[in-house]
Amino acid sequence: MIDALLSAATPFNIMLALIGVVLGTVIGALPGLSATMAVAVLVPFTFTMDPASGLIALGAVYTGAIYGGAYASILVNTPGTPAAIATALDGFPMAKQGDGDLAVTISCFASAFGGLVGALALLIVAPPLATIALKFGPVEYFWLAIFGLSLIAVLSKGATLKGLIGGFLGLGLSTIGSAVVGGDVRYTFGNPVMLGGIHIIPALIGLYCVPVLLNMVATQDPHIERAAGGRGARVGEALGLMWRSKFNLVRSSVIGTVVGILPAAGGAVAGLVAYSEAQRTSKQPDEFGKGAVDGVIASESANSATVGGGFVPTLVLGIPGTPPDAIILGALMVQGIRVGPQLFAEQASTVYTFIFGLLFATILMIPVGLLIGRTAFRTISSIPKAVLAPAIGVLIMIGSFAVEQNATHVVMMVALGAFAWVALKYGFEASPIVLGLILGPIAEQGFVQGYLIGNAAGNIWGEFFTRPISIAIIAFTMLTLLWPVWTGRKGRALKGALQNE
Amino acid sequence: MKNITRRHFGKGAIGLGLTAAALGAPSILRANTYPNRAINYIIPFNPGGESDVTARFQQPFFEEITGQSVVIQSKPGAGGATAWAQLNGFDPDGHTIMNTIVPHTVLQPAMKDVGYQTADINNVFFFHYTPDAIVVKADSPYQTLQDLIDDASANPGTVTFGGSGTNTANHLASQIFMDMTGAITTYIPFRGSAPAMTAVLGGQIAAAMSYTTQGVKAGEQVRTLAVATNERVAALPDAPTFKELGYDHVGGAYRGVAVPAGTPQDIQQRLSDILQQINANPDFQAQMTAAGYEVIDVPLGDVPGFIEERRAAYAPAIERLKSA
Repeated sequence: MIDALLSAATPFNIMLALIGVVLGTVIGALPGLSATMAVAVLVPFTFTMDPASGLIALGAVYTGAIYGGAYASILVNTPGTPAAIATALDGFPMAKQGDGDLAVTISCFASAFGGLVGALALLIVAPPLATIALKFGPVEYFWLAIFGLSLIAVLSKGATLKGLIGGFLGLGLSTIGSAVVGGDVRYTFGNPVMLGGIHIIPALIGLYCVPVLLNMVATQDPHIERAAGGRGARVGEALGLMWRSKFNLVRSSVIGTVVGILPAAGGAVAGLVAYSEAQRTSKQPDEFGKGAVDGVIASESANSATVGGGFVPTLVLGIPGTPPDAIILGALMVQGIRVGPQLFAEQASTVYTFIFGLLFATILMIPVGLLIGRTAFRTISSIPKAVLAPAIGVLIMIGSFAVEQNATHVVMMVALGAFAWVALKYGFEASPIVLGLILGPIAEQGFVQGYLIGNAAGNIWGEFFTRPISIAIIAFTMLTLLWPVWTGRKGRALKGALQNE
Repeated sequence: MKNITRRHFGKGAIGLGLTAAALGAPSILRANTYPNRAINYIIPFNPGGESDVTARFQQPFFEEITGQSVVIQSKPGAGGATAWAQLNGFDPDGHTIMNTIVPHTVLQPAMKDVGYQTADINNVFFFHYTPDAIVVKADSPYQTLQDLIDDASANPGTVTFGGSGTNTANHLASQIFMDMTGAITTYIPFRGSAPAMTAVLGGQIAAAMSYTTQGVKAGEQVRTLAVATNERVAALPDAPTFKELGYDHVGGAYRGVAVPAGTPQDIQQRLSDILQQINANPDFQAQMTAAGYEVIDVPLGDVPGFIEERRAAYAPAIERLKSA
């Protein structure tokens, strides 16, 4: 262990971690350039390094990219990566109200904390934790997706019916293309480019960013408020708020770690689940979506914790926990390293060197994040809209194209964006649509697989309703759905009692 | 108006002239200069998968032989169909090449309208196959393939076989398996071969109709009951071949390299030669076999015969899948 710590702390490895975090943060901040792409681009460079150093570089880029997604979420309402969707929900309202600097600083500390929790879990309890990945079968993923869909109630900000309509629309959009299970070709209108379906990244950019961009040019108001005079990075204030939300911080980091271990879930689901739990247990649940600090803390700590969590099944079982992990796993194969249960015994020095390197990278994220975040905030809040709007416009075009070097994605992004702008005018939020789009395939595949497995065993009902983890998720879903009804009734009863006196 | 027409005509004439000159030039000269810039190697699947990993195995050897860099680019979607449908839209100069898989490119157009036909894919070389393999969890009651066949014959439909997607190599292989053994299994499609293996390890499904590579990756957590090769696979010495067990089944996912239609014949030949040269390199072979891949040579001249042979081998199973 000490050996590994020392070999992780060589100047070369520390430098790799630093460069990785900086690069990742910048790539993650640009809409369209995701953590997966950041890792994929870097992979060939790591082949010349020894395996541990290569892994540290990849892990650092990955960590940085997941964090970098927060900037675009907070400052332009565009999740830089899918993992940062829930960050936009409160981060952008905070920025609108003049607290963008505070939101950026909080997101940095929350990310670092979540990242540390995930990496420590990987360091200390990886082998037993990995079994969680195996306990989740098709049925559990189906129920997890249903639980995720119950978030529509939270995300529709009071307009529940409109939220439900948006959610159904998202589910519908998610069925476009060739189905993984069943192989049917759906709603492509004979156009082969539609076979791959609606890609999540252009959809995110279109649905979230285009309306903001159009409003930017349609109104006179400044894009985001900025208080007169410098206020610094508001580090003390941020740390104070974090201390007040310590339970939220720890809970969200644990949620992120566990969701990260689940191979079919990922950062977006982790952030959204943590967000919903933070809202449900908050004393001011009505503040969520209007600039609640707890929303940013929950989303950012959870999505960063998925990095360490995702490495757990990747290294222990050879099952990639997240899409970037799949690339890292491929890189390991090329390096000649066999992952699996024997890895921690046979390649202990490589593995522990890497994990310590990941811990260093996460700690380095604090100064790097504060510095880049401060610059990003200053830039976005001070340059005139006449420059900002076209610059963002160009960036999102390039970002959508870069996903798969496909011009169709740009067309989809613009079309969905125009639609979202009109829909927003009639009170339809983008988030329920995105939720349907992300969770639709998980729910559909889980349901069909669970149905086929249950049918083969002659017990479909038992397959869906008697497995312990399924029952727990169903219970949580009911709790999330019924909680507002119960607290609402309690509130009314209290009000009634007061009036009677 | 007249002017414009004439100018256009003029340009066309120059173009024609250039083409004629190019055609007239000794083709040997052009083949010698190919490749003269970076090669764009398109992988129709996500990074980290078998197509991506084997392309990355090839990459350094390709660069060593040609002196040109190879850029690996991922264009995933619809089980590869998105990229294959776009193949013939790229410049036919040999600098854009694409990874292809048989049976995918035979099966997909046969089952659905996926925007391309099998004949549209202009393969120049097949460099390996990832052999089919039946994998169960280490603590599975099935010690041998016969145990599994007995159970699936006695209780038709109760044994679940996970695999990557519908209308894929795994799906076809499980149909071939049923036709061959008479056992009835239930195929459960997953979003790739890795999630199917996860379900095996988690005990949600009885077995995976997967690949040798997955059996190698999962190590001691699993037992590989049979592999679809002629000889035993070096990386899985304990796993018998189907042939040993009395079933004549050899095959898997055959990976090749294709170029857009209209790519000059001599460039296609040169590319085929380069890929064959990579295959002959012992270091490349060592990497491939350690991971569970079987290196094969199907050079340009043999491609049409190879595709026909595979198509004939798949035809009965494809008919059964269609009527299912």
